[in-house]
Amino acid sequence: MSDNKQTNRLTGGQIDTSRSLRFSFDGKNYAGHPGDTLASALLANNVRLMGRSFKYHRPRGVLGSGSEEPNALVELRSGARQEPNTRATTAELFDGLEAKSQNRFPSLKFDAMAINDRFSNFLTAGFYYKTFMWPAAFWEKLYEPIIRKAAGLGSLSLQDDPDEYDKGFLHCDLLIIGGGPAGLAAALRAGRAGAQVILADEDYVFGGRLNAETHEIGGETGPAWTAAAMAELDAMPNVRCMARTSVLGAFDHGIYSAVERVSDHLAVPSKGKPRQILWRIYSKRALVCAGAIERPIAFENNDRPGIMLASAMRAYANRWAVTAAPRVAVFTNNDDGHRTAVDLLAKGVKVTAVIDTRADAPRIADCELLAGAQVIDTAGRLGLNYVKIQQADGSERTIECGALGVSGGWNPNVHMTCHQRGRPVWNDAIAAFVPGDTGTPGMSVAGAAQGDFSTASALQTGSDKAAAALHDLGIDAPTIELPQAEDTPVNLQPFWYVKHGKGRAWLDQQNDVTVKDVKLAHQENFRSVEHLKRYTTLGMATDQGKTSNMGGLAIMAELAGKSIPEVGTTMFRPPYTPVPMGTMGGRARGKHFHPVRETPSHKYSTENNATFVEVGNWLRAQWFTKPGETHWRETVDREVNAVRGSVGVCDVTTLGKIDIQGTDAAQFLNKVYANAFAKLAVGKTRYGLMLREDGIAMDDGTTARLAEDQFVMTTTTANAVNVYRHLEFVRQCLFPDMDVQLISTTEAWAQYAVAGPNSRKLLQKIVDPEFDISNEGFEFMACREITVCGGLRARLFRISFSGELAYEIAVPTRYGDALFRKIMEAGQEFDVVPYGTEALGVMRIEKGHAAGNELNGTTTALNLGMGRMVSKKKDSIGSTLSEREGLNEPDALMLVGFKPVNNADKVTAGGHLMTKGTPKDAEHDQGYITSAAFSPSLNSSIGLGFLKDGGNRLGEVMILTTPLTGADVEVEVVSAHFVDPEGERLRA
Amino acid sequence: MIINHPLLGPRDAQEFTFLGDASLIDRPDWEAEDAAEKFYEYAYLRDNPAGLHRELWFHETGDRSWLVVTRNTLTHEITDVEMASDVARSKGRSK
Amino acid sequence: MHDLKPLTPLGSTTAQIDRFAGLTISECPDWALASLAARRGREQDTATAAQNLLGTALPDVAATATSGDFTAFWTGPQQWMIEAPHDSHEELATEVKSAVGDAASVTEQTDGWCRFDLEGTRCHDVLERLCNADTRAMTQGQVTRTRLEHLGCFLICRTKDAHFSVIGPRSSAGSIHHALTVAAASAI
Repeated sequence: MSDNKQTNRLTGGQIDTSRSLRFSFDGKNYAGHPGDTLASALLANNVRLMGRSFKYHRPRGVLGSGSEEPNALVELRSGARQEPNTRATTAELFDGLEAKSQNRFPSLKFDAMAINDRFSNFLTAGFYYKTFMWPAAFWEKLYEPIIRKAAGLGSLSLQDDPDEYDKGFLHCDLLIIGGGPAGLAAALRAGRAGAQVILADEDYVFGGRLNAETHEIGGETGPAWTAAAMAELDAMPNVRCMARTSVLGAFDHGIYSAVERVSDHLAVPSKGKPRQILWRIYSKRALVCAGAIERPIAFENNDRPGIMLASAMRAYANRWAVTAAPRVAVFTNNDDGHRTAVDLLAKGVKVTAVIDTRADAPRIADCELLAGAQVIDTAGRLGLNYVKIQQADGSERTIECGALGVSGGWNPNVHMTCHQRGRPVWNDAIAAFVPGDTGTPGMSVAGAAQGDFSTASALQTGSDKAAAALHDLGIDAPTIELPQAEDTPVNLQPFWYVKHGKGRAWLDQQNDVTVKDVKLAHQENFRSVEHLKRYTTLGMATDQGKTSNMGGLAIMAELAGKSIPEVGTTMFRPPYTPVPMGTMGGRARGKHFHPVRETPSHKYSTENNATFVEVGNWLRAQWFTKPGETHWRETVDREVNAVRGSVGVCDVTTLGKIDIQGTDAAQFLNKVYANAFAKLAVGKTRYGLMLREDGIAMDDGTTARLAEDQFVMTTTTANAVNVYRHLEFVRQCLFPDMDVQLISTTEAWAQYAVAGPNSRKLLQKIVDPEFDISNEGFEFMACREITVCGGLRARLFRISFSGELAYEIAVPTRYGDALFRKIMEAGQEFDVVPYGTEALGVMRIEKGHAAGNELNGTTTALNLGMGRMVSKKKDSIGSTLSEREGLNEPDALMLVGFKPVNNADKVTAGGHLMTKGTPKDAEHDQGYITSAAFSPSLNSSIGLGFLKDGGNRLGEVMILTTPLTGADVEVEVVSAHFVDPEGERLRA
Repeated sequence: MIINHPLLGPRDAQEFTFLGDASLIDRPDWEAEDAAEKFYEYAYLRDNPAGLHRELWFHETGDRSWLVVTRNTLTHEITDVEMASDVARSKGRSK
Repeated sequence: MHDLKPLTPLGSTTAQIDRFAGLTISECPDWALASLAARRGREQDTATAAQNLLGTALPDVAATATSGDFTAFWTGPQQWMIEAPHDSHEELATEVKSAVGDAASVTEQTDGWCRFDLEGTRCHDVLERLCNADTRAMTQGQVTRTRLEHLGCFLICRTKDAHFSVIGPRSSAGSIHHALTVAAASAI
């Protein structure tokens, strides 16, 4: 049962009092109404204390009424959806909402950590830097855990986020950032002109301050005029009105990002619907109508719950029909602050005084006016009870109030204009920074965001700037009639902080930075505003100092004897408002983190107990476990033995395949491969080694000549994309007149290796009889276009990675599954096995073929034992630089094989080779192992590796040291070709 | 960033892969006396201007054209975009 | 006649169809594709020969051209993809090659790709979640290559505001289908 006593609820407002919403805060039940935020509902229920501060655990309430809020951060929801650091001022109330206060133990009203407040002298600016310098080891083990517990904000659920997130892309002529009077006027003008318009506002209702003020606009209330404008805009197909959408950042060339909170106002998102969407907006022009944010005045103990911005106090009364307390006061340096008193009086709230720093303050509200007075202290343990005043004549008195509205003037919301290194400029008339050159082509600013604070000027500049932006695009936007609106001039006397007293006056309430901290930083010679920021952490919290930066700058200027513009401002950076990590990820999470590529035999492999391995985005069968096999090695050994003993089949579709055609295709291959290709006969395949221009091996593979002017190149699986890009570079940028055309055919063909002494016999049952694939008719390295299974077009290559008699056969991918099954069926009499990448790897190591581990970005053709392949008779990419002296030292690393001396020992990849009797250090390093496997053919662990002058050291016994495991093993240097070194099998 | 593709118009830079300095088009003659020195310079030496920079971008998820983009490295302003094959030909590259 | 049974890109014997309010997403396996690239200096010969075969001129940059069974779409400078029904043009590459002779390079592309058609009034609402193409501005017969689910895909506007084809790499058909259907559930 909610205890429904909304004692601070007033009449009116944009809330639906006919319905009640139940919610809880720190386990206690309350009620509010549709239209409420969590903050307004808590205030209605007379809850002012909403959290504890970051460092000192001071009791804190709400300061603002929107996204600028530094204080009222709560943990929203529970379980896996628990979200820390949610601003109560922007959290829309829904039925069943649960919220908890943060950073307090054991409870909000009694927080043991408030002891920090007593030690505040030690916790001043630069505290971390000064205190935890030494000893270094203490930081991680002692200081950090304690600080992390004591200081901080909310906690994470530590569970997987159950919600879904999405991303998207939008296009428009004009992006309007902010839907207050300026933004609405801009949207109406641009929309009526037929331009493609996006109007985004972070709030759940449009209108901005029109919702929070009592001024009439066009003879109507603000909300009524807004509703009519929105009805018109919503009906325009060329205008997209996006509520609950914060524009986060301005990026290059008109790109903006925005987050749309689709489901945050619901208890749980509807099925399939995202919680939030991250939009990338391509705009031709953008108009910042982001309004302005009121700034506080700093004074002693100005952080008690109940002390808030005067504009927030007014918004709570007018929009949400709430007062923070039955008795309030106002502290201001300008006329606008008095409006709070006027509006609250109109709502029947008792206003005990308006305290104005100006000696000549005008009387605007019908209550006591204390002109030339200042608030010098406040009292009330967990919420404000009274304020202490120093009057114009120097006398002191107290004023009773449960809430104090503070106004130090307004700051244009320049955030978005700074993302592209724009620097705001000072405007003396409003004593605030306004956008200067935004450094953002296509961006303009209107309304309060550029310092035009009255409703009338917001409407006018919004309309004018929209027309100007569209004019740039060649769109004529006729003048629109604007409503009559308030046009009050700004009347203010700058006043930043009360100098009276020795206590703490808070500037940045989220990061607990005081006036004293700024003074201390100055005293310690931090003179740059950027240094001040980092040393004191002023403005570094999640609110980016929206309400605090100006105060800090003003004090710094005063101490340095400079003007505020001379001191300058710090940078604002995206995002404008905090964004959940999940939103940044969008749909890309879990197994959908990146797209998956499936091979043509995927279905067969799944049905036949394959274990898969990710190779790039490909899922490849690693091995096929048979019933009874208990260890992967057992499976892989069986697969290797089956291939070497009879026949096996392996899906090699993943290797990159590039179709290369044109009259200069052969010449082109001569350029990209280090070895010669021009004279390769039609119907033949050749191994090719591709170098980078610096002489390092880039990729390798076989290339088949299908016709005089057509080749099919294969690349390694991992490098397919890079090689294609490289070939296009060579074609377009280096030899633009060569007649050569490229296209990838990787996945157009299902390609299978059929390997083993019985592979020919098996394939003879598949390949149509008119094609002779006998040893004589189709010799080693032959290739041909054939038909299979009674007429299906196919390609056959006699190439071998395993070292056995072997073929690769390819059919159009849609028939790949059927062909794989057909091969398995036809091979039954030979006990054919499917084999995976692990057996493939074992066999290539046994055969001494280099692969990715050997082509590792540091090795040359010489290192790979292919030095002589680099043709010196022609120019190819990398040929000149591969001849460099440094790459051709007599003791250069050479690829050789390794076998343990003691058969029980293991060769470990990554281990380093040392000459026996020498120290095990880098200076004496002789080389390293790149690939290792257990060879069922040799019944021993074997390895490939690079050894200095390796070719001349066969038979030498060396120490293979693996510092990672501490294992030292004796290994013998052997030929890299463990199996069939003469290559008789593959020619059989 | 937006790259104004000579054929396709404005396209998001996310569709492109960046390679680097457009001087990579100027591949030296392998038969020149000083080929070794020239290739060394070609492979390793780059200017790093604060200002206008001509650079190679590949329209990877687009039409697979290599482009020469003239970009101000300070402001990201792109002042010119050309087909790399046209640039290569204009520099005398052929077969 | 061979006896190998084809599978669709999604690994089934029948094409997958997903229906949403205002949108149908269909796997379209019944199309053959062949790439066509003019040889250097033979651009005019290629254009003439292709026109004779297709019954329409090869399309200009970012455009498609349809005549009878054939649709051609632009893929790059002097490069096109020809599309025709698989049943009647299974060996499309051979057909195109014999038409253009040595004026152009032709490569079979049929099974390099998977095609999903989006039909219905909610096309844009789903596509805007997936790729940066401004589909609302696309008119019938326009094609663009765009990044969708991290993959380079062709996006063809068959009917303005009502019918689009996404043609993406076949091996990732499952991921593309997942992206399309999740985005549709999210947007509709």
